[in-house]
Amino acid sequence: MKVVGKHIPHDSAVGHVTGEALFVDDLPSAKDELIVDFIASPVAHGKIIRFNFEELSQLDGIAGIFTHADLPGHNLFGPVIQDERFLAEDIVEYVGQPIAVIAGESRKAVRQAKKQLQLEIEELAPVFTIDEALAAKQFIGEARELKKGDFEKVWNEAEHKIAGTFLCNGQEQFYLESQAALAWRGENGEILVHSSSQNPTEIQEVVAEALGLGFHEVVCVCKRMGGGFGGKETQAVIPAVMAALVAAKTGRSARVAYTKDDDMRSTGKRHPYKIYYKAGFTGAGKITGVKFDIYSNGGAAADLSTAILERTLLHSDNSYFIPNLVFRAMICKTNFPPNTAFRGFGGPQGMANIENVLQEISIVLKKDALEVRRLNCYGHNDQNVTPYGQIVQNHMLPEIIDQLAETSSYKKRLTEVAEFNRKSVTHLRGLALTPLKFGISFTTSFLNQGNALVNVYKDGTVQVSTGGTEMGQGLNTKIRQLVAEEFAISYDDVRIMITSTEKNNNTSPTAASAGTDLNGMAAVNACQKIRRNLTEFASRYFSAPENGIVPSIEHIHFEAGSVYDDRLPENKLTFRKLVLQAYMGQVSLGERGFYKTPGVNLNRETGKGNPFFYFTSGAAVSEVLIDRFTGQLKLERSDILMDIGESINPGIDRGQIIGGFIQGVGWVTNEDLRYSDKGQLLSYSPTTYKIPNIQDLPDIFNLETLENPQHKINIRRSKAVGEPPLMLCLSVWMAVKHALSSVRNDITPRLNLPATAEEILQRLTELNGDLSNPETTAVRATESEVSLVSLPSISG
Amino acid sequence: MKKIISCTINGVKQELYLDTRKTLLKMLREDLELMGVHLGCGGGDCGACTVLLNGEPVTSCLVLAADCEGSEITTVEGVQQDDKLHPLQQSMVEKGGIQCGFCTPGMVMNSLALLRENPQPTESEVRHALSGNLCRCTGYAKIVEAVMDVKNLDRITG
Repeated sequence: MKVVGKHIPHDSAVGHVTGEALFVDDLPSAKDELIVDFIASPVAHGKIIRFNFEELSQLDGIAGIFTHADLPGHNLFGPVIQDERFLAEDIVEYVGQPIAVIAGESRKAVRQAKKQLQLEIEELAPVFTIDEALAAKQFIGEARELKKGDFEKVWNEAEHKIAGTFLCNGQEQFYLESQAALAWRGENGEILVHSSSQNPTEIQEVVAEALGLGFHEVVCVCKRMGGGFGGKETQAVIPAVMAALVAAKTGRSARVAYTKDDDMRSTGKRHPYKIYYKAGFTGAGKITGVKFDIYSNGGAAADLSTAILERTLLHSDNSYFIPNLVFRAMICKTNFPPNTAFRGFGGPQGMANIENVLQEISIVLKKDALEVRRLNCYGHNDQNVTPYGQIVQNHMLPEIIDQLAETSSYKKRLTEVAEFNRKSVTHLRGLALTPLKFGISFTTSFLNQGNALVNVYKDGTVQVSTGGTEMGQGLNTKIRQLVAEEFAISYDDVRIMITSTEKNNNTSPTAASAGTDLNGMAAVNACQKIRRNLTEFASRYFSAPENGIVPSIEHIHFEAGSVYDDRLPENKLTFRKLVLQAYMGQVSLGERGFYKTPGVNLNRETGKGNPFFYFTSGAAVSEVLIDRFTGQLKLERSDILMDIGESINPGIDRGQIIGGFIQGVGWVTNEDLRYSDKGQLLSYSPTTYKIPNIQDLPDIFNLETLENPQHKINIRRSKAVGEPPLMLCLSVWMAVKHALSSVRNDITPRLNLPATAEEILQRLTELNGDLSNPETTAVRATESEVSLVSLPSISG
Repeated sequence: MKKIISCTINGVKQELYLDTRKTLLKMLREDLELMGVHLGCGGGDCGACTVLLNGEPVTSCLVLAADCEGSEITTVEGVQQDDKLHPLQQSMVEKGGIQCGFCTPGMVMNSLALLRENPQPTESEVRHALSGNLCRCTGYAKIVEAVMDVKNLDRITG
């Protein structure tokens, strides 16, 4: 009856195919329910002069309009730095920023009231780009630095050098279910919030603080999300507070459900980055040193930007050993919605930058990029120390690269691609293999904890509650499997209950790919306590002193739904009967479990430590076809190989890998956030913002996992799989660069991210054009002395 | 303006007194509490609200309820037969073509329309049929597998 390791369908799958599984906005309306919406800033930066909220609140069907002045508690929040206003006070800092909450009897009443809005705002000069923020010296948090060895020395002595600028755009999470929350006011002013949130504890705390309540007076529950991807880690707070404020003020239940357009316009996204890079390397392609000056576009408030930037620093090496380095990093404050978590959490940008560096080294040296990547890859006994001092242990990076190159016929296809590019006048092909190493654990070390409540009922069935939230990733399915396995009972006898701060307190967000690691371990810990109680009871129950069988817990076994003493195996009891006997024997059948990840730490002063419990790794090789005349890109084939340890549920993990990869492909190819010069998002719906469509799947798509006998830690020797596969998309981006590099051999083509058709066409035009034109951004690879971009200095 | 609309929804005749500007999506969700019809983008681009209107897949956010007079409408709630999962639903569950589930009802309805026309579609036919349905979680591969792997085809065409 082994349950762990089996492909068991997602535990809500039947509910989803029948329409029975409900999302927040599907929950029935209470009779007195109010519809909640918000009045958003139409400008990116400005001073509020006057508004007619008082007048609007008198309109038919409007129950109230609330501003920051109506908050019984305080208006400031933020997961790291409390610098974000729930409702704007006198200044607005981004288009879409909520200024007031409006509650009405119907959507129609709210819509009509909003039409009569008069809002006068004096516009102030906005700052949008990283360059503008650098000029205005607008930053968030402190500058961060990570150093190792002596970069200046190796740079001065380097046999070869490159320098340039890496630019990447943001990415909208595009969870299909937009932000939503319901709130009710209960007895004694208590508030219950049902939120589509990855972080119910944060909702509980921020609602309490905004309303001037104790945390014990607020409960937040989350049954499921229609996708999160990081976009509901912190940003579910604003809609939840809106609903809670209306419920608290009116005593009526309140519902908020953003439209997709409002959601895209007013919430934060993956951070755009600009990185100035310099790299010195040998004639063989071995990196001797790099310097990265890293700037992220944080938007108007800190949100999670500091933690995200930290992960960028810790992933700017990706899978490569760098002996000498300087990483300097800074967050720019701009007039966009506060940028936030998105699968990978700063890792993808750092990894894209170094992959670009590796690709350019190969172009300069006219070598196969795979050879250069393999040469610099982390080893087992040497070149295995990360920039932050943690040793990369028990990994299989070189083996993964070699095996994937072999199974995907990389060498043969590379020759075919070169041949194709020589002959074809209409198209170009590109091929690239990129590895992946992603650190698992929150880098804010104290967040690496989880708790769980396990209740065994008298019929032998089990309910489990954890702080983990289900957003489609299969967390609940995996925890059901883990708990069933602990008691050796059927998967069907275990249910995962709604996530609630009432049952699990002070929980960490379901993020950092660590949902199963933390909550699964906590649930198993609770099961083990119950099992200890039951074992002790069973040892007495099965004892037969007249036959010399004294109570002994060592002899008790849980197996295939039964429990027995191996000295009297014929006397076995079903789990259900044992539980009933134990209940009558006054044994506790409910326990709370706790888990904290052992040994993770990071010293932010020195930048050194062991921030990660382990690494999830893999590699992908992708081949693309580009139309030389339109820049249109087709992903023709991808092959993926990953080390995800011993999978708890191979079917679910396969879904995570494919889904993460394709989501990343969207980021590096077609997902293009476009803003007006006033900072208004223009691509605010799927009509203009193109997430991957079913037709974007590669025609040939192979996915394998490999066994890693060295990996002996973590729950059931599994590995986290949520975020890592996203970064395999860099193989696609680098395949585009590879294709561009075949146009001519004296130039290193530049490529920004995403590689949209427009971007590709622009680069092709440059490569085909007159290079004496000062407008051109392509970098001459043949220059002996690289003229460096003047690096803006980072203070601190 | 309001008017009475009569139509058959999931095999049951309904008479509803509705605002003529109400969309089919809102009628299904608000008046009939068929919450498996999901509002995604509200602009006909994501496909989450797909239902069958006289057997043809439509994005119900773009159809007026008033235009459905005398029509037969099937939502995801009406796909099961005798309280048993339809073979397509079964295949979606078993193949794992589901993660967060928000796009699932639309995927099921569009796939159902395809399979009724073409019980053994090729991969490219499945991709073509589902190109109006967005999914952010799965990367689509398992959805394609699920639709191509539906067993007991007689139950679909019947």
